[in-house]
Amino acid sequence: MSQPSLVRSEKPTGTGLLLLLLAVLFLLVLVVVPLVAVLGMAFAKGLDPFLVAIRHPDTLSAIKLTLLTAAIAVPLNALFGLTAAWAITKFNFRGKSILISLIDLPFTVSPVVAGLLFVLLFGSRGALGGFLSAHDIQIVYATPGIVLATIFVTFPFVARELIPLMQAQGNEEELAAITLGANGFQTFWRVTLPNIKWGIIYGVVVCTARAMGEFGAVSVVSGHVRGKTNTLPLHVEILYNDYQQIEAFSVASLLTVISLVALIVKKLIERKGLISARARGAL
Amino acid sequence: MSELAIVRERAQKKSSLLPIPRILRERSVLPGFLPTLGFTWLYLSALVLIPIAALIVRASSLSWAQIVALISAPRTAAALYLSFGASFAAALVNTLIGTLVAWVLARYKFPGRSLLDAIVDLPFALPTSVAGIALTYVYSENGWLGSGLAQLGMPVAFTRVGIVVALTFVGMPFVVRTVQPVVQEIDAQLEEAAASLGATKLQTFTRVILPLLGPAIGAGFALSFARAVGEYGSVLFIAGNMPMQTEIAPLLIVSKLEQFDYAGAAVIGATMLAVSLALLLTVQLLERSVERRMGGDPS
Repeated sequence: MSQPSLVRSEKPTGTGLLLLLLAVLFLLVLVVVPLVAVLGMAFAKGLDPFLVAIRHPDTLSAIKLTLLTAAIAVPLNALFGLTAAWAITKFNFRGKSILISLIDLPFTVSPVVAGLLFVLLFGSRGALGGFLSAHDIQIVYATPGIVLATIFVTFPFVARELIPLMQAQGNEEELAAITLGANGFQTFWRVTLPNIKWGIIYGVVVCTARAMGEFGAVSVVSGHVRGKTNTLPLHVEILYNDYQQIEAFSVASLLTVISLVALIVKKLIERKGLISARARGAL
Repeated sequence: MSELAIVRERAQKKSSLLPIPRILRERSVLPGFLPTLGFTWLYLSALVLIPIAALIVRASSLSWAQIVALISAPRTAAALYLSFGASFAAALVNTLIGTLVAWVLARYKFPGRSLLDAIVDLPFALPTSVAGIALTYVYSENGWLGSGLAQLGMPVAFTRVGIVVALTFVGMPFVVRTVQPVVQEIDAQLEEAAASLGATKLQTFTRVILPLLGPAIGAGFALSFARAVGEYGSVLFIAGNMPMQTEIAPLLIVSKLEQFDYAGAAVIGATMLAVSLALLLTVQLLERSVERRMGGDPS
């Protein structure tokens, strides 16, 4: 398809220059200055306080819990994304459009409401609270609750990348492979997977970044116990409320670096055109 | 339907030993339909649908009178009013300036354009607690930007203005990313035609371009509004969280949960859920309209 935008991209003059300056100013005061402030505060007293904050046992245990949560939530959501995309793009069945809408549902739910859902189910006065305490199982205010809430808020990421990508690619290659005698597994492994590899990586990167950075949902289901049920974003809050500014901004800058890396990888995949333009529109 | 397909379908009806999949789908030689669809529905139900159903059941265990009393209680009403009001204000700011950013990114060539483009995505990427403490620091009374604003008589942190700033931050990318591709797709010939018929640049923009961008701008507004209504992390730090004044609805849910008022939390949660679902529906209708205007060629 023709790309009129390329032809028309012009050097801004007059009004255009004014618009450009306004846009830059807006992004500067809203996004860039706060970002610089995080890094500036973290290293305000040099490298040593930063390292002390990062090496503190409570921070290390928050890092561990954050990584553990992502290590469970991301593969599960990636597996879900793959199976959902396979079913939706390779077959016709009733209720397909409803299914696609339902997969997007977690994006529209407030993170706090997402956390609330699991407290209502598994909390001490929740629907299953009596059963769980009778069997001495702790879900909410413990690691399982944090994992569940994280899965919920990152639920659609991989599926959302893969469905439009696989839809655009169609079924022909898979059908050819089957006709030539490949079995289902070989078809998936040798034909489908190489085609959607970058879509999976893209989805997993976005999903991981969000899983490690989620605050609201995890805050509701965590007990805020230092060194136990604290993820990195929650640890930032605790330190900040304790007036440990440098420590709070040090942990925050660690999270900032993680999200910057994720953003750069995402942009590289987009720029190389490794995934289709449609899939790119997703969060 | 071709004759062959009709024959095949009849044959299937006669010999169907597995009636359920045959009714539910067209025949395909590709494997894995039942396992993948089964896992999809199972995972979706266990992690999303059943928890949401539990919220609705919990909220509807109260009578209408009780629900109305809960929502119209002064503190709840104030929180809901503030949440929707501040989100509306932030979405409005984003609609105006986000459209401007989208326009600049799509139309002009300048050094650092891809950097500016990447900066737009930062609010998506940054954890909300990080955004919260950063914005609070920058916009507090002795912060880099807050001190100047406070001297001008507009303190930002710990006021409602601060809430709007945080909500503008989290909602900004939605407007830019919805409007930008539509600006890119506008046919140059339309503008040339308008110009050759004697329209000024402003007239071309308001009468030709703006109507084309309308649905996308609407969708961007709704998305940024929906995101703002549910936002918690970034607001928590900058708001001050005074009941009746700077307490947003998600924060009230948290404080009700801390007092073990599950029913009250569920009612506010269900109200917010209903509003986000209505917004999502609006967005889908608008997006369909965007695709139609872009000539049904979304690729």
